[in-house]
Amino acid sequence: MSEPLAIFLVDDEAPARARMRDVLGDIVAELPHRIVGEAGNGAEALARLPDAGAQVVLVDIHMPQMSGIEFARHLARLEHAPAVIFVTAHDQYAIEAFEVNALDYMLKPVRAPRLAAALRKAQARGAPAREALDRAGQTQGPRRYLSVTERGRILLVPLVDILYMRAELKYVTLRTREREYLVEESLTTLEQEFGTAFVRLHRSVLVARAALRGCERSSDEDGEGAGWSVIVDGCDERLPVSRRQWPAVRALVKH
Amino acid sequence: MSILSHNAPPDALPDFRNLGVIARILVIANLAIVGVAAVRGRDLDSFSTAISDTALIAAPVLLVMLILLYLAAPLLLRLPYATALGIIFAAVVALAALVWAATREDGRPEELLRACGFALLLAAFIAGYFHLRNRAFSPALAEARLQALQARIRPHFLFNSLNAVLSLIRTDARRAETAIEDLAELYRMLMTDTRTLTSLEREIEVTRQYLNLEHLRLGERLRVEWDVGGAPGDALVPPLLLQPLVENAVYHGIEPGANAGLIRIAITRDGDRVRVVLTNPYHPEHQHRQGNRMALANIRERLALHFDAEAKLDAGVNGTNYEIGMVMPYRHA
Repeated sequence: MSEPLAIFLVDDEAPARARMRDVLGDIVAELPHRIVGEAGNGAEALARLPDAGAQVVLVDIHMPQMSGIEFARHLARLEHAPAVIFVTAHDQYAIEAFEVNALDYMLKPVRAPRLAAALRKAQARGAPAREALDRAGQTQGPRRYLSVTERGRILLVPLVDILYMRAELKYVTLRTREREYLVEESLTTLEQEFGTAFVRLHRSVLVARAALRGCERSSDEDGEGAGWSVIVDGCDERLPVSRRQWPAVRALVKH
Repeated sequence: MSILSHNAPPDALPDFRNLGVIARILVIANLAIVGVAAVRGRDLDSFSTAISDTALIAAPVLLVMLILLYLAAPLLLRLPYATALGIIFAAVVALAALVWAATREDGRPEELLRACGFALLLAAFIAGYFHLRNRAFSPALAEARLQALQARIRPHFLFNSLNAVLSLIRTDARRAETAIEDLAELYRMLMTDTRTLTSLEREIEVTRQYLNLEHLRLGERLRVEWDVGGAPGDALVPPLLLQPLVENAVYHGIEPGANAGLIRIAITRDGDRVRVVLTNPYHPEHQHRQGNRMALANIRERLALHFDAEAKLDAGVNGTNYEIGMVMPYRHA
């Protein structure tokens, strides 16, 4: 006999988690499993999941701060990411995205036979493809966090904390007040996703509009002649602005 | 404010490519020709001469006009109503003059004036007819749309509530019973005729039942403060005035928040007016899909339908809160 399936529940509504436990209890003979953890929001779940040893995560889509889809995108950064089944009461956009990208989902209220079938399928399929999650996530608007993995843990970097993003080779460096993070994303796609909150300074830097404090004439350091640099709130660095981007940036900074 | 414009029937030209419209124009024009001939001719003989006389000019004008309108319909529809109408009238007069000149080499100028005058009058009459018809049909259209909108209580709420009730059945059957009773009453209200008015007291009760259901699933995240001690319970209000607004407040103000949030509902009587103020936490980062604006537009429309310009609804961000203010006349049974 195989090990019981390890399941983790994520839903912001306590009654919904209680209901899921009840239905899971009803199918335990048919599909041996154990609940290895529960969380009321995505961030808490991401903090606890690496140690929980979950094989399948049941996650609600409509949650405060971080949607179920964004949660799954961050979770997929783990090396041995668990399978994910999305649960939703009603979200037409999300359901269409799941259908198109072949992601597993269930509708609330969930019925026992349907739950057993979904769990078996998810167990067999394993973790969802990152590309499929990213595509589904694009229908939901910009993410609230970017994520990096460090020593098997997922670190969430709230978008509002990021002062600027700088492309370097394969990675993008995220700069917050406290420190820097390296993420495996492209600056172009980041610009597309967060274009309302960030503005491009030159080929390889996006800066948070909210962090722009001012600008100053910069000296002739890189041999390109004198140009403008912006002052970013919360860090001492001055970021140069390319001539092409200067008119757009100038409109955003107060003199 | 655009409160009235929601309810005003739009001034628009009819669809000149619609067979029904073409038929209406033909029938009206031909009746007018017969009518004019009947006035002009004294006996049967002169009557038929008068008909053919009038038709000789009117028929070509009518035919060419219909073809022109058919061809120019997309263009005319893009113009402002008055401009398009002016162009059509000018074309009718010019056409009548042209046909008159082509058929009567030796006609007198008064005859030209009469032909052009008749054509213009007829065109104006037809335009007036379509205008009135438009006005008569608009309320029906508006009502149908309102009913459809109202049937759209968030499925999100229904399914989540059913799920919450299911979770209670095994552990707390009594609370589950109450919840299903609340749900039943709320849906009964949703299916009532929206054209009749209901009492404010009833509206408050339904909103409380709705909030009980939301409490079930959101727990202490949802905090509600009612200030309705001075509310005139007998005031007549459109049904489902308050509940959809409170539903919006929960959806946009409480659900996106990680912490508990407060919804405040204050209803007071101020002389011959009833004032409603609804506040909820504002989450700027939360995306407002169409839902909120649709509900507000719907309620504005219904207020205008029932109270016309006497009612008012304002909504906006006030610090960290989103606030809706509503004023309507105090009417009671």
